[in-house]
Amino acid sequence: MGALIEASGLTKQFDELTAVEDVTLRVDQGQILALLGPNGAGKTTTIRMLASILPPTRGTAQIAGYDVLTQAHRVRQSVGLLTEHHGLYTRMRPLAYLGFFGRTYGLPRADAEARAGDLLERFGLQEDSHRRLGHFSRGMRQKLALARAMLHDPPVLLLDEPTSAMDPASARMVRQSIQALRTSHRAIIVCTHNLAEAEALADRIAIIRKGRIVVLGSPQDLKQELLGDPIMELRLSSPLDGAVRALPRGIEPLECGDTWLRYRTSNPEKANPRVLEAMSRAGLSVVTLSDVGRSLEEVYLRVVSDLQPGEEVRR
Amino acid sequence: MTADTRRYLGFREAVGLIAGREIADQLRDWRILTPIAILTLFFPLLMNFTANKATSFVAQYGANVVADRLIPFLLMVVGFFPISISLVIALESFAGERERLSLEPLLATPLTDGQLYLGKMLASLLVPLMAAYLGIGVYLLGLALTVHWSAPPSLLAQVLMLTTMQALVMVSGAVVISSQTTSVRAANLLASFVIVPMSQLIIGESLIMFWAQYAVLWWIVFGLFIVAIILGRMGMHLFNREELLGREIDVLDIRWVWHHFKSAFIGRAVGLGSWYAGVLKVSVPRLWPSMLFMLVAMLGGYWLGIRMAGQYQIPPDLLQADSIKVDLLNQMRNFGLMSGRGWWLVLANNLRAIGVASLAGIFTFGILGVILLMVPVGLIGFFFGNLSLAGFDAFRYVVALVVPHGVLEIPAAILAGAAILHLGMSLVSPPSGESLGESWLSALAEWCRVCLGVVVPLLAAAAAIEVFVTPLVAALLLGGG
Repeated sequence: MGALIEASGLTKQFDELTAVEDVTLRVDQGQILALLGPNGAGKTTTIRMLASILPPTRGTAQIAGYDVLTQAHRVRQSVGLLTEHHGLYTRMRPLAYLGFFGRTYGLPRADAEARAGDLLERFGLQEDSHRRLGHFSRGMRQKLALARAMLHDPPVLLLDEPTSAMDPASARMVRQSIQALRTSHRAIIVCTHNLAEAEALADRIAIIRKGRIVVLGSPQDLKQELLGDPIMELRLSSPLDGAVRALPRGIEPLECGDTWLRYRTSNPEKANPRVLEAMSRAGLSVVTLSDVGRSLEEVYLRVVSDLQPGEEVRR
Repeated sequence: MTADTRRYLGFREAVGLIAGREIADQLRDWRILTPIAILTLFFPLLMNFTANKATSFVAQYGANVVADRLIPFLLMVVGFFPISISLVIALESFAGERERLSLEPLLATPLTDGQLYLGKMLASLLVPLMAAYLGIGVYLLGLALTVHWSAPPSLLAQVLMLTTMQALVMVSGAVVISSQTTSVRAANLLASFVIVPMSQLIIGESLIMFWAQYAVLWWIVFGLFIVAIILGRMGMHLFNREELLGREIDVLDIRWVWHHFKSAFIGRAVGLGSWYAGVLKVSVPRLWPSMLFMLVAMLGGYWLGIRMAGQYQIPPDLLQADSIKVDLLNQMRNFGLMSGRGWWLVLANNLRAIGVASLAGIFTFGILGVILLMVPVGLIGFFFGNLSLAGFDAFRYVVALVVPHGVLEIPAAILAGAAILHLGMSLVSPPSGESLGESWLSALAEWCRVCLGVVVPLLAAAAAIEVFVTPLVAALLLGGG
């Protein structure tokens, strides 16, 4: 698969402030990358550079094969950008608004209007198409802004906080739309503070802090790398008495409760049957043996709080 | 579906698209429509009433000329008031969108900077301008019906052109301001850079209209057209997406200003010697194109002075050039020359002239600064032109009264004018990668380097020659005692 988004050493300096430093990333066709980071970490500046709104101070980036610096016009044509703030023209109506933006992207009037109608329907805004945008709720405005980004069917979507301010049902609808947009010819970057959303949507996750990407990888890889081997929880029907001693060699309990214990293993496929067999031999009845789910939040908080400036980037 | 039919918009189509959306937006806003309606329909009728009353009143005293001048003047006023709204709209164009956070989606589109900029300009211009034309129409219709007055076609053309150019200049200036500020409040505060010169212009135009020197209005139209082009060029050059989104440029950072100015003023110098070498080897050569322009401007001023001498000839008996010959040196001593105090007076006068020209140049892209420095040369041309017409040997007077100190003073004026022009033009086309503020501070530092390093020493030496040597040369050549 070819890369639709490729950045190398991307750096942005505003006078003495380095907003983004040495960002290198790649998003292939059909992939979604989630860009996570605290406020002011450089996510929006990165997105703006990739959308050819801000020129990078150093480094290069290609969007759909076009250089963000020398082919800005083509890059903008290839990108659908959902900005951090929806910034709608509040005196306009949705169809006219989308029609206007469709025309700026070179769509003929009739196509722009047809596409606008489709998107309004997809996002459940058709019934409100007679209302001025100033009367829309925040969630509705966000959906319309997302429709604006999708209007010209771009190969690259850069979505800054796509579900912020939405109720759970709308957020779910938008997430499903983003999932549906993951086609073989499209690459998507999603900036979000919603870690569950990132985990649900993204193939890979980049955590950016103080302008630098500090970790980049799939959610599973990041958990493995940053949180260690999976943790298993064994629950018994009776008190643990003797269960710890019965554990096979090489399995050490991490935590214990009255009727449960947890252990870490790098190879659950091998270790778990051995544990079950040992419990059975010791006459202990097992209720459940399951993986203790570890959230991306743990990964995120660890990365954001632990790393010091200048620490090695882990990929 | 869309991929097959998508295409890049043509330049005019894109400009029209931006302007069309904005105009539609304006026409939905009662805060814009109400004043426009009042100024278009009610205000011309009020002016009509005023013209009627004034005409009847002055006719009682046989002062019909007042009415003759008042009616065209009110025509201009009726056109100007609606276009003043264009200033408000233009000031809001970029700063307002930025404030409402709706600018970024627009900047993310494939529209070029030029399309965005001109679209915004056109949007700010069209509605108020149409309102102004309508207002003029209502006023003229009222006059035709009540006092049976119709505007001469040339006057009507002048007023329409003047109104259009005034609107263009105000919008060009305001859009530049709007694209360089981060809030509407900041843009409004900076609007004085447009309002003050425009109000002075209106006062000047009023005087011209009451003076009935209507031909001068064509020059004003031409001048406004040039200013509009300069402002438009400046706006296009300064416009970039990064400035609009990436920087906070409203805050005055004194420390940064001083640091930037100091580093541009000192350059790479490590001592006074190397600083001076830098002034002579870098700063002065950099001003060559501007110096050439100044030289041409001064020659033009001299030529204009001579031409004016032909037009406004001083009666020969008033010139009394022969009286110069009588006890010339005593006359000069009595006048305060040929003394240290005289030297200081001459130097202070020249420094004041350079200071005023520089100040005027800052607000007019250097143009007024250049014109002010042309004036003394023009006066010299006028004076010697008159001497020549009166039958005197003007060349001898030039050699006697101007050349001795002029060989230093004129180059100093040319250099100062070039630095002023450079300072003014730094706003129009900042070097690539430099902000407006950086460019202007660098040019200001350059102005200081050239003035302190070359202009002031030259003027000091010229003043000494003017006070102590020129009178001796004049006495020698003109035969004074």
